[in-house]
Amino acid sequence: MDKLTIYGERFDSRLLIGSALYPSPQIMQDAINSSGADIVTVSLRRQNSVAAGEDFWQLIKDTGLRVLPNTAGCHSVKEVVTLAQMCREVFQTDWIKLELIGDEYNLQPDPIGLLEATEILLKDGFKVLPYCTDDLVLCQRLAELGCEVLMPWGAPIGTGKGLINPYNLKTIRERLPEQTLIVDAGLGLPSHACQALELGYDAVLLNSAVAGAGDPVAMASAFAHAVTAGRMSYQAQAMPEKDVAAPSTPTMGMPFWHQN
Amino acid sequence: MNLIYNGEDIQVDGHLSLQQIIVSKGAIPPFAVALNGQFVPAGLLPETKPKNGDSVEVLSPIQGG
Repeated sequence: MDKLTIYGERFDSRLLIGSALYPSPQIMQDAINSSGADIVTVSLRRQNSVAAGEDFWQLIKDTGLRVLPNTAGCHSVKEVVTLAQMCREVFQTDWIKLELIGDEYNLQPDPIGLLEATEILLKDGFKVLPYCTDDLVLCQRLAELGCEVLMPWGAPIGTGKGLINPYNLKTIRERLPEQTLIVDAGLGLPSHACQALELGYDAVLLNSAVAGAGDPVAMASAFAHAVTAGRMSYQAQAMPEKDVAAPSTPTMGMPFWHQN
Repeated sequence: MNLIYNGEDIQVDGHLSLQQIIVSKGAIPPFAVALNGQFVPAGLLPETKPKNGDSVEVLSPIQGG
């Protein structure tokens, strides 16, 4: 399978996986390994909070994967810029999954603040991977600012609803053929991931769908297969959809023809 | 002087640097620091002196999605 490109770097897996919500640290490690992912998402919190610190960081380092820090939970441009700068120092990467929440009810990204923060961080040398809504014009503006990777949502975070607006996602793919597009958030089933890749998306980023499964390790493997299937399907170019049935078995030589 | 350290009210010697305050609180690397919502690079911690009422955030790696 061809490789995923993120800001000029190439990766074998088209599945990016989160490190949160697993039943145990061991299951987290096993699921991440089972997913075949090359990239794992992490975050920063106060050191006196539960599970923040060196123990968790050692577990992530043991996976050997590339880390993608996020700015989850931020509600302002100032917060998101500061957290991104703190992430860069701790995780020693200029990648940032830029997450700026605009509405607390559905955790919808704030498109206006996102543009402002993206511009600031790109100028500061970050490689920004913005988590955004599936709005074409927003994605175009982010690309114009210099984002080589865009991450529109499939559905609100943690809902597991899948791609609630495939038309929008498809349009973004068609209008931004050069950008690396990753569906981020809202997936629940491997078939959702497969559908995203079949639409031409370059990858998916997910967490809850694996961590919240009855068997996260098995589900991680299922997603890995789905992503591979979706990419191969996209490259193989699906048959045109038709509105009328067309027999697949030849009608020529059909027995009993006109006997009744 | 009074500081807000990771959301908690604390009292520290007014002459201490941010670096010394963080050490006194037992912070364990890796971490990054913000003062009043502004990132303070690790190299500037020894020369940064908080003022009374300032807010200090010391953040460490955690799980993320």
